[in-house]
Amino acid sequence: MARIRIAAPDTAEPGEIIELKALIQHPMESGFRRGSRGEVIPRDIITTFECLYDGEVVFEAEFFPAVSANPFLTFHTKATQTGTLEFRWTHQDGEIWSQTHALTVG
Amino acid sequence: MIRTVVVGCWLALTAACGEAGPARDVSSMAPSPLKSGYEFLTPETQALQTDAFANPGFLWVDRGAVLFADAREGSPACASCHEANGEALQGVAAHYPAVDETSGRLLNLEGRINTCRERHQKRDRLDYESDDLLALTAYVAGLSRGAPIAASVGGPAAKYAERGRDYFYTRRGQFNISCNQCHNDYWGQKLRGDTISQGHGNGFPAYRLEWQSIGSLHRRFRDCDAGVRAEPLEYGSDTYVALELYLASRAEGLLIETPAVRR
Repeated sequence: MARIRIAAPDTAEPGEIIELKALIQHPMESGFRRGSRGEVIPRDIITTFECLYDGEVVFEAEFFPAVSANPFLTFHTKATQTGTLEFRWTHQDGEIWSQTHALTVG
Repeated sequence: MIRTVVVGCWLALTAACGEAGPARDVSSMAPSPLKSGYEFLTPETQALQTDAFANPGFLWVDRGAVLFADAREGSPACASCHEANGEALQGVAAHYPAVDETSGRLLNLEGRINTCRERHQKRDRLDYESDDLLALTAYVAGLSRGAPIAASVGGPAAKYAERGRDYFYTRRGQFNISCNQCHNDYWGQKLRGDTISQGHGNGFPAYRLEWQSIGSLHRRFRDCDAGVRAEPLEYGSDTYVALELYLASRAEGLLIETPAVRR
């Protein structure tokens, strides 16, 4: 189970620019490293991150092997209506981790 | 007459040698002023440690809080004795390592947590450096964030502090250097691309950028030992715990920063 930390405001004024922060625990193993016996450590990375605001993608990012472990993102969006923010990470093998946050506007 | 003078000189000489022997006062050799590893970081890394959200060490602290409240049938949670949110443990980590009254052994925080698990929770010990033990240790040490280090080195702890001090001052490895030579004599100067710190343990378990993970002080010791091409000791070894105590006495008054971020 991946550990996730989200920082987002609970309330916002209509039209306000809000700051969102998302941190997930993940080794982001690049696939280029070797273990103590010389064996290749297989690649194990998150490939995409999306933030959905009431089902609509407002921010997305692609991750590659050079992204460090425990990736941390800070980004902004405009608060328009009361709704749900969903933060979603997709692993290279298709596994999805997500967490939601309720935002009240007005 | 001449013979008496010679004998007198010889006696004076041996007396002087006796004084300069192992009883030298090492406390005066501790770095001054004391500087936490934090002060040797770049402003960006300092900001990462200070930001309670962005600091990745808190991923483990969060996990530790969950484990702390984990009660099972016939086995109380840590929180059952130490109060919810660990209020009874605030400031306690600043006094570790400490001698366990029942066994007479010196225990660091990891050792105390595992002893508690065996004695009071009837659970298996957690492996040293396992994710769960790091999480619990980071959580418990984090409860003392901001408390000044005040480990006891008197009474039953004295022999352990002595042993730790010996390790600190003993040259080892292919490089044949001691902890003391870097961290007392040359702190603040450059070793390869890095600035040498004073070698305090006040931020551990700490998130090291090099590890991309949180790690114990013993993992840091092992890195230092490997760095001077000496054979690292086992995780949780008595000598490393003793060294931890000596470092705590050397860092007395520095504030606990767990979970710190280090290079």
